[in-house]
Amino acid sequence: MATTSLKKLSDMPELLTGGHAACPGCGGPIIIRQVLLAAQQDGRKVVASISTGCMEVSTTIYPDSAWRVPIFHSAFENSAATISGAEAAYRSLKRQGKYEGEIAFIAFGGDGGTYDIGFQSLSGALERGHNFTYVCYDNEAYMNTGIQRSGATPKGAWTTTAPDGTVEPGKREIKKDLTAIVAAHGVPYCAQASPHRPRDLMRKVQKAVATEGPCFLNILSPCPRGWRHDPDVTIQLCKLAADTCVWPLYEIENGKLSINYKPKEKKPVREWLKSQQRFRHLFAPKNEHLIEEIQAELDAKWGQLLAREAFDNEQEQESE
Amino acid sequence: MAENVALTGNDSAAYALRQINPDVVAAYPITPQTELMHKFAAYVADGEVDTELVRVESEHSAMSATVAASLSGARACTATSANGLALMWEILYIASSTRCPIVMPVVNRALSAPINIHCDHSDTMGARDSGWIQLYSENCQEAYDNAVQAVRIAEHPDVRLPVMVCLDGFILSHTLEGLEVNDDQDVKDFIGTLDRPDSLLNVDDPETFGMFTLQNYYFEFKKQQVDAMEKVPAVIEQVGQEYGELTGRSYGLLDPYRCEDADIILVGLGSTTGTAKQAADDLREEEGLKCGVLKLRTFRPFPAEQVCRVLSGADITGVLDRAVSFGLGGPLFHELRSARYGETAPMIDFIYGLGGRDLSLDNVKDIFRSLAEARDSGQTEPTTRFVGVRE
Repeated sequence: MATTSLKKLSDMPELLTGGHAACPGCGGPIIIRQVLLAAQQDGRKVVASISTGCMEVSTTIYPDSAWRVPIFHSAFENSAATISGAEAAYRSLKRQGKYEGEIAFIAFGGDGGTYDIGFQSLSGALERGHNFTYVCYDNEAYMNTGIQRSGATPKGAWTTTAPDGTVEPGKREIKKDLTAIVAAHGVPYCAQASPHRPRDLMRKVQKAVATEGPCFLNILSPCPRGWRHDPDVTIQLCKLAADTCVWPLYEIENGKLSINYKPKEKKPVREWLKSQQRFRHLFAPKNEHLIEEIQAELDAKWGQLLAREAFDNEQEQESE
Repeated sequence: MAENVALTGNDSAAYALRQINPDVVAAYPITPQTELMHKFAAYVADGEVDTELVRVESEHSAMSATVAASLSGARACTATSANGLALMWEILYIASSTRCPIVMPVVNRALSAPINIHCDHSDTMGARDSGWIQLYSENCQEAYDNAVQAVRIAEHPDVRLPVMVCLDGFILSHTLEGLEVNDDQDVKDFIGTLDRPDSLLNVDDPETFGMFTLQNYYFEFKKQQVDAMEKVPAVIEQVGQEYGELTGRSYGLLDPYRCEDADIILVGLGSTTGTAKQAADDLREEEGLKCGVLKLRTFRPFPAEQVCRVLSGADITGVLDRAVSFGLGGPLFHELRSARYGETAPMIDFIYGLGGRDLSLDNVKDIFRSLAEARDSGQTEPTTRFVGVRE
């Protein structure tokens, strides 16, 4: 049986080794290590693709690779199409008796490679029903190229292409709700997770790789450089994101939504905004109204999630 | 048993793909390539192949999936035309530099804008530096034969590079032609099995493919591609000869037609060279002009040495270019002139047929006559001429 026991996991070999070039405090390698450890169990081996981005450039600098599973980096926008091809080859070779073994296909991508430039490739692969898991490490901007705004950047955040200035307050638009868009494809399993709850994250990975068909995990990945925070608070920030409901932890399994973490006391978004310098300008008097807007939008989203969960529970009870 | 059948260019390429029986094919529709994949999808639907057919959402994903399948140890193919090839552009380079022996029929079509679905070579000419081998087909028979041979060329251990099998849109793709196809088993034996030393599916000895490679190593990767390309001509000739032993139809890098004693030679690619051969025959008979035609089957790698040898005896050479490099002229002409550096015999470029504009037998005869006139008068200007266009 696949395990998420930290004790047992600590005895398993690391599949993303140390010595890579990611920044101190980067959420990416923490996430990848958790994903790989959880996925490569029960005799199942991982084959991965990765889009161009921080994790690719920091872990695969020729001739050194941090990866102990086979991985292919092709380009920026095609991690999902790439895993489609590998998975199709596997199915074909297996059907013809030319290959043996159980493989979990995992496509990695950052938010730029997933929400934006790789969105079509992702949507196509989901619709075609390949048996794979897509893992988005969402650090909410194009960090690798220098902190440019992406479709995943939250409203109000400073980035290098949407900086705050005398007339601009940072990003004006809201963050794209990619998890909901993926769910609308009718995939059997999708979830949001965070590395501060490793057992929840790894349980979700195990569910995804054991599920036949396309699955999707959206994982919050703090970036000290881009979010402007100290490297030692990465995991605390993840917890704060869950406690403020900025990053709700939930899963949708065969259409049924379950929230996996409900803060006993929902913290105000101000605490989240205060924790990172990318939001500093929002506390200037001229921008304060934006904080109220952001709070209202978050409250509405959280309310929708709670209502959806209640509705799905009711539906389930009715059908039983 | 080989048999005689009537097939369009698209159907002949699909027939070859059926016999090749790729492990993975990615398909995305674009005119005039569409019918090739209709036919192949029917083979899949009828269980005539073992192929996993991936109906992707774009050509970019078609090439991305094909590359990943190839890296996974599968024999992988796709097909496209024009804008579809342009959309693949980024991944074409990744296919060749990760040394994927992909075979891809390209049904040549003009690039937008204005949008046009008919034949010219601007699509594949745009991809000439992408590290792919390019074979051009004169007729449906050659489209079929080239597709079968392309597998052997691409997968040869000295090569391991992808191949575009180019065939002219509509002129070949939609034209029914009588041709001879090989026995299924003969093709199977001829192409053998794919032997890729490394694979993405090799989980016991994991490798990282497509690594981040900087100033200290990138150049060596490129040099290896250069070295591999240099080995291609010998492989094309060897495979073409073996194919001849099997089928009676031998192939090389070039197909010179009546060039031995020719004073005037026209060089070209694809279906137009068939018309040019007829024009050469007619003019020899009717007007006593000693005309010849040099068809380039291989455009990448460019067979410079072999071409120069064939052209060495001619008084004047004309080049048929079905594409234009804006601000320079025809790409075939310029490569040829560069290959012939130091030769004094004049050359004239004839740009024709863009967007499918027909080039008739009379047009080609006029081209030969204008070459004769330039030779006799010594007036070769302008060296870039446009055939059949309204001024």
